[in-house]
Amino acid sequence: MSTLTREETESLIQEVLEVYPEKAKKDRAKHLAVNDQAVEQSKKCITSNRKSQPGVMTIRGCAYAGSRGVVWGPVKDMIHISHGPVGCGQYSRGGRRNYYVGATGVNTFAEINFTSDFQEKDIVFGGDKKLAKIITEIEQLFPLNKGISVQSECPIGLIGDDIEAVSKKAAKEINKVVVPVRCEGFRGVSQSLGHHIANDAIRDWVLSNRDGKEFESTPYDVTIIGDYNIGGDAWASRIFLEEMGLRVIAQWSGDGTLAEMENTPKAKLNLLHCYRSMNYISRHMEEKYGIPWMEYNFFGPTKIEESLRRIAAFFDDNIKEGAERVIAKYKPMMEAVIAKYKPRLQGKRVMLYVGGLRPRHVIGAYEDLGMEVVGTGYEFAHNDDYDRTIKEMGNATLLYDDVTGFELEEFVKRIKPDLVGSGIKEKYIFQKMGIPFRQMHSWDYSGPYHGYDGFAIFARDMDMTLNNPCWGKQVPPWKKSAAPEEVKAAA
Amino acid sequence: MANIMIRKTASGGLSFYLPKRDLEDNIVSIEFDQADKWGGELKLANGGTYYVDPLDAPPKLPVSLRAKRVDAPE
Repeated sequence: MSTLTREETESLIQEVLEVYPEKAKKDRAKHLAVNDQAVEQSKKCITSNRKSQPGVMTIRGCAYAGSRGVVWGPVKDMIHISHGPVGCGQYSRGGRRNYYVGATGVNTFAEINFTSDFQEKDIVFGGDKKLAKIITEIEQLFPLNKGISVQSECPIGLIGDDIEAVSKKAAKEINKVVVPVRCEGFRGVSQSLGHHIANDAIRDWVLSNRDGKEFESTPYDVTIIGDYNIGGDAWASRIFLEEMGLRVIAQWSGDGTLAEMENTPKAKLNLLHCYRSMNYISRHMEEKYGIPWMEYNFFGPTKIEESLRRIAAFFDDNIKEGAERVIAKYKPMMEAVIAKYKPRLQGKRVMLYVGGLRPRHVIGAYEDLGMEVVGTGYEFAHNDDYDRTIKEMGNATLLYDDVTGFELEEFVKRIKPDLVGSGIKEKYIFQKMGIPFRQMHSWDYSGPYHGYDGFAIFARDMDMTLNNPCWGKQVPPWKKSAAPEEVKAAA
Repeated sequence: MANIMIRKTASGGLSFYLPKRDLEDNIVSIEFDQADKWGGELKLANGGTYYVDPLDAPPKLPVSLRAKRVDAPE
C-alpha cells in the first residue's frame, strides 16, 4: 500500500474514533493528528500530557516508575529502597536492562530489590520506624553502598509518612547521602512527573554536595545525561566521545554512580540525550552553574555526524579536528553496514510508539537504512517533545499521543506498516497479526543501538526481524488457498 | 504568577520557558532592556504576553523569575 494522503489519514483518524462515546471521542480526537511540518507549535495540532481516559487501555506508567525505574534505578552504587508494598519494587528492578559494571550485592545494587514490604500494621501505625530500621540494616549488610534513596510508593503519600525527617536523621547516623523521593505513583498523569520529581530530588539532595571541593578538571569535561545504558547504549556513545578528545566525567544515570552525579557541576558541557526525563536538571545546572547543555542524537550515522559537529562547536579546534577524525574513521564501517542492509530494508515502512525520546530520535537511523517512519507517538511526552517531532516526521504522517490499545491496533491494520516498534505489551498482539515487531523500549533484549557500534546492531536487528522467514508461515498449510482445491479434487 | 526561566538561545535571542505549560518560545520583544532597568512586558513569538517585575540590572542568564500572564493565545 502506498503512503496515505493527508485526507486519507484524517479520515482514518475519524474512522477509528467512531466507536467511542461522544465525550471520549472528543477527548481522544485532540491526541491524534496528521503531521504538518508547517506547524511551528505542536499545541496547535496535538494535545499531550493529559490524564488518560478511564476505560481505555493506556500503556503509561506511574510517577514511581519514572523515578525508581528510570532516573534513580540505574545509579548503581546507591541502594534504592522501594518504600511501600513489595510489588512495585519487584516489578521495576532490572527490567530495563540498564547495564553496569560491578559486583552486584557487594558494591553495586541496581538489580536487587530493596523494599520495606508494607503490611497492614504499617499502614495503620505508619512506616517511619520501619524505614529507619531498614536503613540501619542496609548499612550493616551492604557497607559498600555510597548512599540510599527512598522511593515512595502510593501508600506513603496517602498515610502521610515523614520520610524526609527519617532520611535526614539516618543520613547523619550513617554519614552518607540519604535521599527521600516523593514519587508516589498517583502523582501526575504518567511517569513523566516521576522524572521531574526525581530530577528535583537530585537537585535538592545530591547536586550541590561537592560544591567548592577540589576537582581536577580539564577544558574538555562533558557529561552524558539522560542515557540509561540500555543494553550498553551509554558505553557505545562514550567510546567515541572520548576518541574525539573529550573526557566524560559522568553518566546519568546508566552505569552511573553517586560520585559522578555530585561531580557533574564541574563539567564544561552537559550532553543531553533523553530530553524528556532530564531537561529539568540540565536547565537547573545552566542557571546555577552556568553549564550549557545541548541535545544530541546518536541514532544512525547521519544524526551522529550532525551531533558530533554540534558538540565540537562548543570546544576548540582540537576537538573539532577530533570530531572530523572520528567521523572519517567510522565512515567506511557505516558505509559497509548500509551497503549490506539497505538493499534488504529499502522502502519498508515503520510505525513507532514508544516513550521519552525514541519516537523522534530513531527516525534518522531508519532513514539511513532507506526505511520510512509513517507513524509515531509518545506515551508521556509534553508539547515541547512534539515541537521537536513535527520537524523530524514527514508530511501527512500520523502522530498519536498516549494512544490506546484499540487505536494503535486499528491504525496498524489500516496503514499496514512493515514493522512496528513499541513495547512488550504490544509485541505479541502484532506478531500474532503477522506484522514484524521490535520491542523498542529495551531494544528487544539486544543492543546497544546508540553510536556507531550500535547502528550496526540496529541494522542487523531490523533486518533479522523484517526478513525473518516466519512471517510467511503465518497461515497454516491446510488453510492456504491452494488447499481447498485439492480437497475438491480429492472429493 | 508562575515560575519561568529565561535563557539565551544559540542565535543570540532570548527564550522563554514556562515549565508548567511546557511552553518554550522565543521572546520577540522585552519592554525594558537597559543597563539600569530590565524586564517588564515580554512578547512571545506565539503572540502571548507575560509580565515580569523590572529588575535593577540585566540578570545573568539563564534566570528563573516569577511572571504574570497578561495575555496568552490559548
